[in-house]
Amino acid sequence: MRVYLLLIWTWTRAAARYPASFTLMTIGGCVAAGLDVAVIWIIFHNTTTLGGFDLPEVMFLYGSAGLSFSVADLLFGNADRISQHIKAGTFDGMLIRPVGTFVQVAADRFTPHRAGRALQAAVVLAVALARLDVPATRAWMIPVMVVSGIVISTSIWALGGAAQFLLTDAPEVANAFTYGGATLTQYPLSVYGADLVRGVTYVLPLAFVNWQPGLFVLDRDDPLGLPYWLRFLSPAAAAALALVAVYAWRSGVRRYRSTGS
Amino acid sequence: MIDADRIGRSFRVRGRAVHAVRDLSFHVGAGEFVGCLGPNGAGKSTTIKMLTGILAPTSGRVTVAGLDPSRRRTAVAREIGVVFGQRTTLWWDLPLRDSFQLVRLLYKVDRVRFRERLDEMTDRLGLGDFLGTPVRQLSLGQRMRGDITAALLHDPSVLVLDEPTIGLDIVSKSEVRAFLRELNTERGTTVLLTTHDLGDIERLCRRVMLIDHGRLAFDGTVEELRATVPGEASIEDVVAHLYLRSPAPRTPPPRPGEDPPIATA
Repeated sequence: MRVYLLLIWTWTRAAARYPASFTLMTIGGCVAAGLDVAVIWIIFHNTTTLGGFDLPEVMFLYGSAGLSFSVADLLFGNADRISQHIKAGTFDGMLIRPVGTFVQVAADRFTPHRAGRALQAAVVLAVALARLDVPATRAWMIPVMVVSGIVISTSIWALGGAAQFLLTDAPEVANAFTYGGATLTQYPLSVYGADLVRGVTYVLPLAFVNWQPGLFVLDRDDPLGLPYWLRFLSPAAAAALALVAVYAWRSGVRRYRSTGS
Repeated sequence: MIDADRIGRSFRVRGRAVHAVRDLSFHVGAGEFVGCLGPNGAGKSTTIKMLTGILAPTSGRVTVAGLDPSRRRTAVAREIGVVFGQRTTLWWDLPLRDSFQLVRLLYKVDRVRFRERLDEMTDRLGLGDFLGTPVRQLSLGQRMRGDITAALLHDPSVLVLDEPTIGLDIVSKSEVRAFLRELNTERGTTVLLTTHDLGDIERLCRRVMLIDHGRLAFDGTVEELRATVPGEASIEDVVAHLYLRSPAPRTPPPRPGEDPPIATA
């Protein structure tokens, strides 16, 4: 972790030598994120509830999922460049270094421009919380869910990266789960079909990023009637997925075949 | 330092197993300078990749400094320096100096020792003029010197180089050679290199290994290599002769338009 932080700091300093590009990319990230929020406003302009949730509640779910996802994206999103590294042969260069390959891929060419999205999500979350008035007996879950969400999102990236050792030409398949998952969790899961919600609860645990623990924070019944204790399982789901991701990444590296010469 | 015990590596290509390396055994002792020859596609690079932990052997066992690179990759990485002549391990967009900083962080080299080592290498390899230049703007000779420096900043006991002189002009080539020779004689660093340049072999290597069709076709001194073909053959002729020999028959067939070699006194 220390090596990782030192590496991203070095890359940040390198990126800061091109301040114009750096600023533009950060602004671009904020504009894109702002448009997302605008979509929520437009929806509520036409309706008062979304999947049974009112505006501050939806903003809470959106903000917490967005924060988890964007922090993971900022720190480890570069892991989806693994197929480029494999094709260009630069992955060989990583294997000769005494540091884990996931850390190296994630830190490679790190730029902090994705921080704009995390900031935007944090603002949405803060606004939602100011309007919700959550008591401390339930508010403790908020940091737990954000951290679990970061771990879950990072694990999905690692899984997507691991898949690219097999499907070198299909980073888009992995992105369907990473960015697709992020979009999915922006809205209350009750707007989706029951089978999809069960899938993201029991198979790919996206429901634990914000939905299940969020129901606890908001003190709401599960619209689908899933067991009450599920809402405390986010850390366990995150740990389990992280283990699977570590295993998958390692198997991916073992299957690595390198390139010619 | 390096022990390969019947190592093999096969790849599955469209459902068929292709053996890039098979049953290769050799030992490289501390302080040796070994050159590895072989035609294109003979399995030299695959062998280097198995020694450095990039590829796991599909059979046999290899150890470097007593460690298995496929199981203890990061521990082996601390012991060895690796240079690929065909592609840089530096970062394309970063100035050479920043690349070295990243290498320092990856190997956790202490700041003071890093400074000393970099100053020494800058002096010996003449890096001073282009430390601030992004790697993509360096000439091949400059880049190679940068790559060699990066591989040695953590002061490894073994240096493995895959075609370090490929494409270099005569001056760069002789500078790189002089540096490697000094590294081996003064610091006692074990060096293993692959090359197609017989000048590297004649000027640097006390020992030659010839890999062909994934097998070890010859292992011995340069003099012994020359003696495999009777007569006053040049080293080029000897090596070409060995490459042309098909791996199955043990007796070399006469080359077209030539009489079988006759032993002379």
